[in-house]
Amino acid sequence: MPDPVRFRGRGFAPQDNAWASAGTLLGLIALWQIGASAGWIKSVFLPPPVAIATALWHLTVSGELWKHLSASLLRLGIGWVAGTVFGVGMGLAVGLWSALRSPIMAVVAALFPIPKIALVPLFIIWFGIGEGSKIATLAFGVFFPTVIATAGGVDNVPRGLIRMGQSFGLSTGAIVRTLVLPGALPAILSGFRVTTSIAIVLLVAAEMIGAEQGIGAFVLSAGNLYDTDNLLAGIVVLSVLGLIVAWGIGRLEKALLGWR
Amino acid sequence: MTGLRLILNNISHAYRDLTVLDDIGLTAEPGEVLVLVGPSGCGKSTLLGIMGGMLRPSGGNVSVQGNVAEDCLNPLTYVFQDFSLLPWRTVAGNIALPLEARLSRQARAERVAEVLALTGLTEFAKAWPKQLSGGMRQRVGIARALAVRPACLLMDEPLSALDAQTRDLLLDEFSSIIARAGTTTIYVTHNLSEAVRLGQQIVVLSRRPGRIRATIRIDRPIAGRSARDPDLLEIEENLWRMIRDDAAAAERERVDA
Repeated sequence: MPDPVRFRGRGFAPQDNAWASAGTLLGLIALWQIGASAGWIKSVFLPPPVAIATALWHLTVSGELWKHLSASLLRLGIGWVAGTVFGVGMGLAVGLWSALRSPIMAVVAALFPIPKIALVPLFIIWFGIGEGSKIATLAFGVFFPTVIATAGGVDNVPRGLIRMGQSFGLSTGAIVRTLVLPGALPAILSGFRVTTSIAIVLLVAAEMIGAEQGIGAFVLSAGNLYDTDNLLAGIVVLSVLGLIVAWGIGRLEKALLGWR
Repeated sequence: MTGLRLILNNISHAYRDLTVLDDIGLTAEPGEVLVLVGPSGCGKSTLLGIMGGMLRPSGGNVSVQGNVAEDCLNPLTYVFQDFSLLPWRTVAGNIALPLEARLSRQARAERVAEVLALTGLTEFAKAWPKQLSGGMRQRVGIARALAVRPACLLMDEPLSALDAQTRDLLLDEFSSIIARAGTTTIYVTHNLSEAVRLGQQIVVLSRRPGRIRATIRIDRPIAGRSARDPDLLEIEENLWRMIRDDAAAAERERVDA
């Protein structure tokens, strides 16, 4: 009697499930609410989701949320764009020219590990307590990972493609524009995911140190007053901001990297 | 015949202390298909790189002679073994790449359409490279090369990444495209059947350092040739006898390394 061959190829092929993701989040929120309603969780330490939603509603209708959010978004936008523009430029330079590669990477290696929050007081001394120091903190924090991601992306563009471009007599500018930049784009966009998260962390830290408006300042102020409903409402806003940014980058990847 | 005369004088090349080519001298006549064969590692691809100006030889020089047609945008044009297609561009976009900044939008579109038709790719113009088989990708590589109206095609083992059936089918197409285009063609291969099918001048290189071991001429038009023709089979057999010992030695060297 021949033995059947046992199937051994199961597993190691995980797949995403949007319903499972949403269900998990909603389930956790429901458990949290049930725990608070039953009195297992003290609301002074962790207010229930309904209280946080109510606080968010009041903040929205009073206009206070927008006042803080708009200040934060402005700082985030300017700081991230500045750090990204300089970072991508410097990363391309590192990836393309030997003369700049070692000097720039030495500086990046020396400065990248410094926790950027530690530099906020220095930036306040340099740029003042106003917007300059906060934007500089964000830009500085975004710059280094962007340089590393871009340079890595350029390094990973197959040399064969660049030789192909040269063999057809394309100019250096055309090679960078048509071969190097599109080839490095997946790595650059992956870098965006990291740098936007870093930017949000630094934004909150900078606003906690020296700002009257902004989500970071609002969260700190609510914490000082033991106003945990508003404190967590601010944290929810930051979480949603992070989700929206990640969604936006996902859309950008889909639009620009549809060829993958 | 159109095309350039390509002349190599005393070409030598070394990577640091490792000499890979030694005193290579040859001439490819206008419109001729010159095939370079030899065992692995004999420097065939290095020589092709030197011919097209992609590598600077350690010694000797390469020159071209003849008039280039007015519409030629890149006289010495490569076709690559790995196709070298941009995955982020469609078939038409890949073919248009070397035409950009050199031709008007309309002239570019016309030339792309022309080579798409010549290579049987018209209905795949909007396809992405990832959607194509290996054979179709190499057709795109050929179409891109033909789009610049080259005076000399430099083909580096263009069929070696393909399966045997696709290789045979494409070989037939290559021979008719090359015959029609009438360009000088340098074709590097380790496949002797391809060599006798396409070559009008077959240059046999020895194992490293590559030297010219023999030059064989086949004075028959490429069109109408079949790899099963008795005279071509005999030449193939002769070529194999010449290369066999070198190929075995090259293989042993690779294992030792």
